Amino acid sequence: MADRSSKRRTLRLKTPISAEDIADFRLGDVVYLDGLIYTGREGVYKRVVDEGAELPVDPAQVGNVNFHCSPAAAVREDGSYNVGAVTATASFRFAKWLDRWFEISGCKVIIGKGGMTSEAYRKHLVPQGAVYLTTVGYGTGALLGRGIKRVVAAHWLEDLGIAQAMWVFEVENFGPFLVESDLQGNSLFERANAEVAKNLDALYEGLKPPVMSRYGETDDRKDELI
Amino acid sequence: MISTQTLQNVAEELMAKAAIEIPDDYLAGVKGMAETEEGDLSAFVLRAMLENYEAAKEDRRAMCADTGVPRWFVKLGNEARIEGGPVALEAALRRATASATHEIPLRPNRVHPLWRTDHNNNVGLNAPEIDYSFEPEANWIDLTAVHKGGLFGTDYRMLFPGDGIDGIKRFLLDTLIAFGKRGLACQPAIVGIGLGGSKDTCMVLGKQAACLRTVGNRNPDPRIAALEMELKDLGNSIGMGAMGFVGSSMVIDCHIEAGFTHTGGMPMSVHAFCLSSRRATARVHADGGIDYRTDPKWFTPYMRRETVEWQTDPASGARSA
Repeated sequence: MADRSSKRRTLRLKTPISAEDIADFRLGDVVYLDGLIYTGREGVYKRVVDEGAELPVDPAQVGNVNFHCSPAAAVREDGSYNVGAVTATASFRFAKWLDRWFEISGCKVIIGKGGMTSEAYRKHLVPQGAVYLTTVGYGTGALLGRGIKRVVAAHWLEDLGIAQAMWVFEVENFGPFLVESDLQGNSLFERANAEVAKNLDALYEGLKPPVMSRYGETDDRKDELI
Repeated sequence: MISTQTLQNVAEELMAKAAIEIPDDYLAGVKGMAETEEGDLSAFVLRAMLENYEAAKEDRRAMCADTGVPRWFVKLGNEARIEGGPVALEAALRRATASATHEIPLRPNRVHPLWRTDHNNNVGLNAPEIDYSFEPEANWIDLTAVHKGGLFGTDYRMLFPGDGIDGIKRFLLDTLIAFGKRGLACQPAIVGIGLGGSKDTCMVLGKQAACLRTVGNRNPDPRIAALEMELKDLGNSIGMGAMGFVGSSMVIDCHIEAGFTHTGGMPMSVHAFCLSSRRATARVHADGGIDYRTDPKWFTPYMRRETVEWQTDPASGARSA
């Protein structure tokens, strides 16, 4: 097995994550968390940012880590929660809410799937001193589920449903995550994209052009496809 | 006569097996890739996934929280008889989907496309899908549960005969590169390709090729089998691995299913069955006996029949599932 993991730093951190820890992150670091984290995605963002609803809990009390996630969970008959697997959802869809969300919540770390563009990091995360951690795989749902020690609360469960509710979890050795963005707004994924892109022309070399193009290959709606 | 209670019990068990136990053929494929992957980040991701499969089995929890869209494939033996008939079978599968969602638990993923109404049980309008096929001279029923992710990695294009193999390669590369970046397709994946048929058949064949054939299985047509291997190697030569990091782990295997199509066209679909390739099958025998397995054995010689008549014992010997 090509094991070069010795090059990779593994960090285990308590939430809320300090500004010093965030400043120390390097792209590609492996991170595990202990403490409190919460979930929030379009359902919560719409309600808080678009509609101006009060957060159901003081954000300072639930850590500064926002997980873009919907757990595989069920509510038992006695009202307790059965949380199985936990994986992230794709974050690029949520950038438009983040400026206000950071201001309201004091969030400093986003965990999700796939990251965002470095442009979005520079615009929304860097000014707030915030960074992005990506889940691994995707997804290590069972490992992350194992890391959840307790459901502290499931806010707005009735209104938003299991997938969109604001879950607050107490976690232990919760991970792995990879540092995807840093305080300069660099992106680990974009670094990989740039490497992969070097090979693309050679891949298509010699393949004849398609008989019919399609929208998607052209943005000009006045173009013909033949 | 097969009882509907038996079918519901088996279906509930299949929902759990699919969600929790990674199939052996796919596991072996990932292990093989983890050994040869040269990209350090891609190799790290594969090792984390291998650890995740173990944790899922140890804890009896789902391997991935995104349940995808849970669905059913039913192969009915021509001689099988169901208590209550096919309507009772469908009711059993819908009940099992709902109860297993709560019991395992699975994420209730299924919502109305416009109103986002969620019944919290993965059952709703036209959900779960139930696909049927038939098998001659058999008195059993095969049930297969598949939980496949639903957002990224699948695409369709109308190609033309003049596009030829080049067109197939170009569209495959377009799809793998576009959805492979940042790992949106959750690769390495079993890539299923539908070729031909009408548009909807083309999508169905590709989906079934991805989800219902095992890693290492080859199409019985030797020329298609050779193309499967060529396209697999092509995908792994992009220079992209797990999560879109630099590497070679893109395609665990490539499966192609073909259908006779319009004389002027060559429609093609691409489907990616992800790092959580979740499928489980059970054969329910006429006497109530149950055998669980991970190979759906969906593409029987009868499924791939080419001419008007079907011979139960073909001299060609092209029997392969």
